[in-house]
Amino acid sequence: MAKKKLEAEVLEHGENAIEQQETAGLSQSQIVLRRFVRHRAAMISLFMLVAVILFVFTASGLRFGAGRDAFVVPGWWHYSITDMPDLEYEKCPEGIIGCPSLNLIPGKGFGLGDHPFGQDDIGRDYFALTMRGAEQSIMIMFVIGIIAAVIGTVVGAVSGYFRGWVDSLLMRFTDLIITIPTVIIGAVIGYRVGNLGVFFLGVYLGLFAWTGLARLVRGEFLSLREREFVDAARVAGASNRRIIFKHILPNAVGVIIVSVTLLMSGAIILESALSYLGFGVVSPDVSLGSLISQYQDSFTTRPWLFWWPGVIIITIALCINFIGDGLRDAFDPRQRRRISRKEREQAKTVEKATA
Amino acid sequence: MFGFITRRISVLLVILLGSSFLIYNLEALSGDPIEDLRLSKAPNAKHLIQVFTHELQLDVPPPLRFFNWLKGVLGFFVGNFDLGLTRTHEHVGAMVGAALPTTIRLVLGATILAIILGITVGIITALRQYSRFDYIMTFIAFLLFSLPVFWVAVLLKQYLAIGFNNFLAKPVVTLPWILGIALFGGLFWAGVLGGERRQVWLKFGIGALSSGFTIWLLGALNWFVKPSLGPVMVLVLGIGIAFAITQISLGLSNRRGLYAALGVAALGFVVYFPIQTVLTPNFNLGLLLGLAALTVLISGAIGYFFTKVDRSATIRTTVITGVLIAGVIYVDKLMRTWHSYASTDAVNMRPVPTVGQSNSLLETHDYWFLTLDGLMHLFLPTMALMIISFAGYIRYARGSLLEVMNQDYIRTARAKGLSERTLVMRHAFRNALIPLTTIMAFDFAGVVGGAIITERVFGWVGMGTLFNTAIGGQDLNLLMGVFFVTGSMALLANLAADLIYSALDPRIRVGQ
Repeated sequence: MAKKKLEAEVLEHGENAIEQQETAGLSQSQIVLRRFVRHRAAMISLFMLVAVILFVFTASGLRFGAGRDAFVVPGWWHYSITDMPDLEYEKCPEGIIGCPSLNLIPGKGFGLGDHPFGQDDIGRDYFALTMRGAEQSIMIMFVIGIIAAVIGTVVGAVSGYFRGWVDSLLMRFTDLIITIPTVIIGAVIGYRVGNLGVFFLGVYLGLFAWTGLARLVRGEFLSLREREFVDAARVAGASNRRIIFKHILPNAVGVIIVSVTLLMSGAIILESALSYLGFGVVSPDVSLGSLISQYQDSFTTRPWLFWWPGVIIITIALCINFIGDGLRDAFDPRQRRRISRKEREQAKTVEKATA
Repeated sequence: MFGFITRRISVLLVILLGSSFLIYNLEALSGDPIEDLRLSKAPNAKHLIQVFTHELQLDVPPPLRFFNWLKGVLGFFVGNFDLGLTRTHEHVGAMVGAALPTTIRLVLGATILAIILGITVGIITALRQYSRFDYIMTFIAFLLFSLPVFWVAVLLKQYLAIGFNNFLAKPVVTLPWILGIALFGGLFWAGVLGGERRQVWLKFGIGALSSGFTIWLLGALNWFVKPSLGPVMVLVLGIGIAFAITQISLGLSNRRGLYAALGVAALGFVVYFPIQTVLTPNFNLGLLLGLAALTVLISGAIGYFFTKVDRSATIRTTVITGVLIAGVIYVDKLMRTWHSYASTDAVNMRPVPTVGQSNSLLETHDYWFLTLDGLMHLFLPTMALMIISFAGYIRYARGSLLEVMNQDYIRTARAKGLSERTLVMRHAFRNALIPLTTIMAFDFAGVVGGAIITERVFGWVGMGTLFNTAIGGQDLNLLMGVFFVTGSMALLANLAADLIYSALDPRIRVGQ
């Protein structure tokens, strides 16, 4: 009984000691970085995301604009989405054409082969199509993320900082946009500007995706503006703009980053949903959503046409979500990390040595 | 209170007006509805252009045309509500009115299920923070977040519907399935219950054995072909429900409450036989509602007469128990209809449909057949929709409860010796619900959007179909009709959230 009590006491002090020791002599950003690096799932996801992005973009190369007059930087994959090689059927099982040549079992035929993900109905290489789709999805994700982050931050900051009528006006406007279901507004926009290419689609969608972020930033600003350091800055004669951008914004950056990552994972799903409905990226260009929509009925006969685009969407969205989770944990000052057994032992030894 | 609601409604109406204006102009300016006619070289093209220009009022600029549309909507107040005509001269109001119940049926069940399941799992993960169960559920939540609904839908169709139908053709539960389900059951119960290391293994063993045995028994008894509960299972489940609800709502130490709940369970067993005479093919919704009201009354009365103090809490317990047991009896009846339903020619032993909202070949007026048919068609779309919002609720409920559990008043409550149950259910859970209500309202708009995709995948004819037609055919009035209805529903959800918010949080005093 007595021993247990003592142990509990040591544990309590030990944990505090660990936490204090951990943050001593570090700046806020260093603490955040350390915590993030320690978040295993987030780090794995970050590496995976970077790997996927590099793989996708180098495979299909870069392509600006749509149609024949597009400016193209070639990638390492030998087919592009406009090539139409002959449909493969000799190496395929009976009655199936355009089967995938990817073989991960060591032995005969190991490797990527000519069409690792198979071919579509008219012979286009499905690997090239999937890579192109993934490229589109990643691009739209970043475009929506950046635009929404800028608008949301500015609207939220202004309305939280100035309060009063500016606040009510901006917030009612935000409410107004929130009430429109995202798919509806996305479809109205996507159907009209989908043919302009994925970049413009992203820009337009970004113009309507900032609402949640604006609310969060506003809440953060409302509480931060009452703090002493803001008063100090104001007494020192700082302008409103300086206070907003130099004093308050750095303190709210955690909330913004976390929310933007989640927004980006939502954006990738939104884009694929719109393309699935036929309101997003239009033929002859492809997106992961349009590929799934086109080949969902082939699920029983040629399942790979359905699996690959889906797996890539999920991989990207899952990585982003985990990175967001890691960032949230890293930025949260109240976060108490789980303390491993080894650290507990160490703390106990320290405690004994100092006692 | 009245002042608050009117003020709130007027703000919401202004918002609705603004967003309608926005959508109207966005849609009108972004495309020309008669573009293909203008390019056409047909001899009557010019005439048609004139006709359409007149019909669709294309000579009026969109911002002004909007007010024409608005005039029809505002006609609501003088009794001739008019959402305009579609391009094929049908009444938008009537079309939307016909499509709305379908979508609501789809959205409502999915939302309620997602809320209940999500909050339950969220609470368990919060109470077992950093346990294996927590990590696994976090991973699952993130995975579900990242799944596109149309992709899940295809998988559900393939594995759940077609797989189960194939299983029914040869209903033998194979050994790998038994082992798999046993493993899953063991992991689940060990995760949920938690505890010391040795206890976890014990719980894993019991969980695995019981779930494996159950699935083997059900397979051996041919239960999947002819399912039923029967009076004994109704009694057993009733007693289980009575214990569970009492534990959650009152705590088992409250003996009187427990006896009252068990009394309700016993009554459920007693009425099982006489009630069967009422559950005829001619059963209908009115009868169902009447029986439900009767159940609430009787179980409330039992709660009332069993106790002298703390009556409202006991009545709450008995009413919940009563309604759940009545639900079990209802499900039992549906289950006993299952086999005759599945073996009709229209269904042909493939009872899980992958498309459509009802089986048009089913020629019957039997209430139970029709209900079962409706439920089976709802099954997959509801699952798909639920999966989208379920994950969100897990995360929000977990975060919100963790936040509350770190508050000082929880420490105070612990310090004065309250039981963990009282602490979680009475002090923590209620406060954790407050931020969740806001999220529920916002989620609603998301689910409506999800419904548009789900309807497409499962071939339902609801708001989503109208919406697709409207966008594809550049039908402005139809689009506005769809938007007007979904927008109003989202706003009503918002209003409901505000009201629940003020009911849950006494610090918010509305109307003062």
